[in-house]
Formats: sequence, structure tokens, C-alpha cells
Amino acid sequence: MRIFDPHVHMTSRTTDDYEAMRAAGVRAVVEPSFWLGQPRTSPASFLDYFDALLGWEPYRAAQYGITHHCAIALNPKEANDPRCVPVIDELSHYLVKDHVVAVGEIGYDSQTPAEDTAFAAQLQLAHDHGLPALVHTPHRDKLNGLRRTIDVVRESALPPERVLLDHLNETTAKEAKDSGAWLGFSVYPDTKMDVDRMVAVLKDFGTERVVVNSAADWGRSDPLTTRKVGDAMLRAGFGEDEADQVLWRNPVAFYGLSGRLSLDRGRPDAPYEGNSVLRGEQ
Amino acid sequence: MVTTPPAITRAAADEPFTALDERLPPAARVWLGAALAEAAAPAAPAGERRGPPAWESRFAEAGRRCGSEAAADTARVLLLHTAGAGAVTAARLYHRGTADERRAVLLALPGLELAPAEGLPLVEDALRTSDTRLIAAAVGPYAAEHLAPHAWRHAVLKCLCTGVPVAAVAGLAGRARGDAELARMLADHTGESTAAGRPVPVDLYLVQALTAEAEEP
Repeated sequence: MRIFDPHVHMTSRTTDDYEAMRAAGVRAVVEPSFWLGQPRTSPASFLDYFDALLGWEPYRAAQYGITHHCAIALNPKEANDPRCVPVIDELSHYLVKDHVVAVGEIGYDSQTPAEDTAFAAQLQLAHDHGLPALVHTPHRDKLNGLRRTIDVVRESALPPERVLLDHLNETTAKEAKDSGAWLGFSVYPDTKMDVDRMVAVLKDFGTERVVVNSAADWGRSDPLTTRKVGDAMLRAGFGEDEADQVLWRNPVAFYGLSGRLSLDRGRPDAPYEGNSVLRGEQ
Repeated sequence: MVTTPPAITRAAADEPFTALDERLPPAARVWLGAALAEAAAPAAPAGERRGPPAWESRFAEAGRRCGSEAAADTARVLLLHTAGAGAVTAARLYHRGTADERRAVLLALPGLELAPAEGLPLVEDALRTSDTRLIAAAVGPYAAEHLAPHAWRHAVLKCLCTGVPVAAVAGLAGRARGDAELARMLADHTGESTAAGRPVPVDLYLVQALTAEAEEP
């Protein structure tokens, strides 16, 4: 089973996780920019984080045969902190870079006017840079937040088929699907979705334009839930082709909209200018 | 497919350009020609400038345009050389660059006419990382020429510790020859590895042999 985890915060994970993910079938990940648990106090802190997502983290992933891409953005929570908001002016420098395959995570946390502004501005940035957008839907007041999210997307220059609405559940999946956007489901040990509910949602809504992610981070989460969903799909009667569609082909198609996915990095025999200099590839 | 010939630039006359151009697919050749023309264009006067010059965006996107990492490295180095990037530009592109962009700045250093005080901080930054691709790029001819003895010895040792083949160290034989302090560091490292039951890399013995050679008069 080949797996592309379209949303996982590897910065917060150990190399043991990379090893276990590779063993479970994970071959590619996208790491969206997010809140670090501890608030940042300046744009410079974001820039160092973006640099890590484009430098050290792909290198670390490559040690375990996993291709790492990222999404860059000011996250919804910190869009409310005036000390952090100026980072939006820096995003254009990052959105041109190789291996940046989306703008994200953007969207709503507490559904404030400041979040409205940052969300709309970053949808425009996605459009301007030819990138799709990974949109986080809020944990609190979720259905209302989803509707507000869809309205903002509709008013933006970015067509819905270039938007992935993430952290969906049974209450938000239908309206999200009707919007024309891609559907993302985060499968957690306790909160968000669990494996069995995920399989039930797949039965109800089908496997088209649906992606499943672990959204694993520094909280109680599990970077192997993608594989667990794949196994549960097969047990529930889905075919291997459908599991492959959800766990590989759909995320490849969505992030492929950027034109920047390069899944052949990390080949074991890639020579470096004719010699065997270690490049962190296996 | 008909391609437009690349603009005549300083780099276009160079061997690296020809070697790269010949192995790029047609679309990438067109891209490279246009990108180098942008890099060769004189910078706008300070008053009219808005943001970094256009070629810096080409520098960022070289990976997805050229297809392979090796081709992108060469394209980025050509861009830096064609633009005649100075200390401020090189440092900005390095410090806010992806690992690939940083590697390109390091590879470009010998052709950038940066004073040691301008270029060495980038080399030293790369040598502090644990990214073997950056370490390998940092120990090129610029480091061979400018790195002070203590830092250079640590760079060699870092290569041995991280598995970067010492073939990547430019000017190794010349600088290692007769270096008693490097020889001592290698002997100590061998002792430490042996005590821990770890293998000693073959490259270490190679460098050790170099240090034993008499210095040229």
C-alpha cells in the first residue's frame, strides 16, 4: 500500500515516526505551516520555520525514503496576533520556491475579522502563484465556520477545485462536497475523525476528491492513521484501487495542481555530480 | 519543437552553460536562456526598484524548471555568476533559501568575488548544519582558499563523521600535507571510534596518509 499523507506536521515528530511511516507504506508527505503550540512573537520566527520546512525537514524525511513537500502560510490562529500578521508580506518570497505545493493552512479558527482578512489575502496569493490552497476548518462552531469558509472561497479568485477543505466530519462533508472543493479528513486517536467513522464517510460520499491525513503534530495524534484507514477500507470491502485512490492518487492530483510535485526525489541511486556524495537519500 | 536561442550573456559563452544547455529538455532551455538574460540585465536604479530583481524568482524556481537537482544546481550557479551577485544578495539568497538554493550559493562562491569576511560566514553556517548536501558544498574551493586552519580541520573531521566522502574536500592534499594538528585530531577520532567499537571510515586513513607527507619547501 503506497501512502501520501497530505497533512502532517513532521517538525513535531521524531525520526522513529519517519521510520514507522516508511514501514507502513508512507512514501510522500505534505507539511503545512501551522501554529507551534507556543505563540510566535514576530515574522522572523515564521521565516525560520519556513526555512526549516524547505531545508532540514525534507532532508530528514529523505533519510527514510519519504519525499517531503510543504505548504506555506500564516495560520488562522496567529492571524489574530498583530505581531505576526506582517509575515503575510513575506509570503511571496516563499511561494515561488520549489517544493512549495500549496498555500496553507489558512482559514478560520475563531472566525474573527482579522481571520477574514488573512484568509482572503492568502487565497489571492494562492491564485497569484498558481498554487492550490489547503484550508483548515475550525474546531469550534464548525458547520457555521465551514459555510463562512465556502463563502470566502466563492468570493475569491481561486476556483473551488483548487481548494482542499480539511478537518471535515459527518456534519460538514456534504456542504463541502457540494461546494466543488476537495474533501480532507484528519484521522486522530481521540478527536476529529476515527478510522471506522472515516470508512463510513467514504461509503456515504465515495472516494472521488477525498483525501485522508493524519494531521499528526505535537498533540495526541498518530502518523500511522492513514495506513489504518487503508486497512479498514479493505476490511470493509473497498478494493485496493479505491484505497490507492484515496491514499495516493487523490493527494497527488490535488497537490499536482501546483505543477511542483516531484515524487522521484530520494531515489537510492541518484548520483551527485558524478560521485557518491551523500545527499541524505536512501 | 522550435526553441529561441538563449540571449548572449556572460555565462552563455561559458563551458558550464553549454554543458547544461545541451542536456536540458527544450522548454527548460528556453527558460534558462530567458532567466540568464534577466540576470544579465542591469539592475533598476534604487528609486525604481520594487522587491528583489526578477532573476531571483528564476533562481527559486530552477528545480522545477530544470528537472534534475544537478541541472538545477548548475543553472542556479550560472544565474548567480551572470548577475554578478554581491555579498548582500548572496547572503540573502542563502539565508532565506531552500536547502537546494543554499547549496547553489555555496557552489557559486569561487566565482563570486566575495571577500573572505563576506563569503566565509555562509560556509561556516553550512558547516554547522547536519545536512550532508550542504556540508559537501561548503568544503569546495572557496573554503580551501579562505577557511582558517582550525575551522578547516573541523570541516574535514565533520565530513568523516557525517559520511561525506573526503573527495568533496577541495584542495585536501595541499592543505592536509604536513598538518600535525589534523593528524592528531584524526588519531584521537580513531581512538574514540575504536573504544566505542565503531568502524573507522576508510577516508580517515586516506587523510591521515596525506598529513604524514612532508610539506613542500
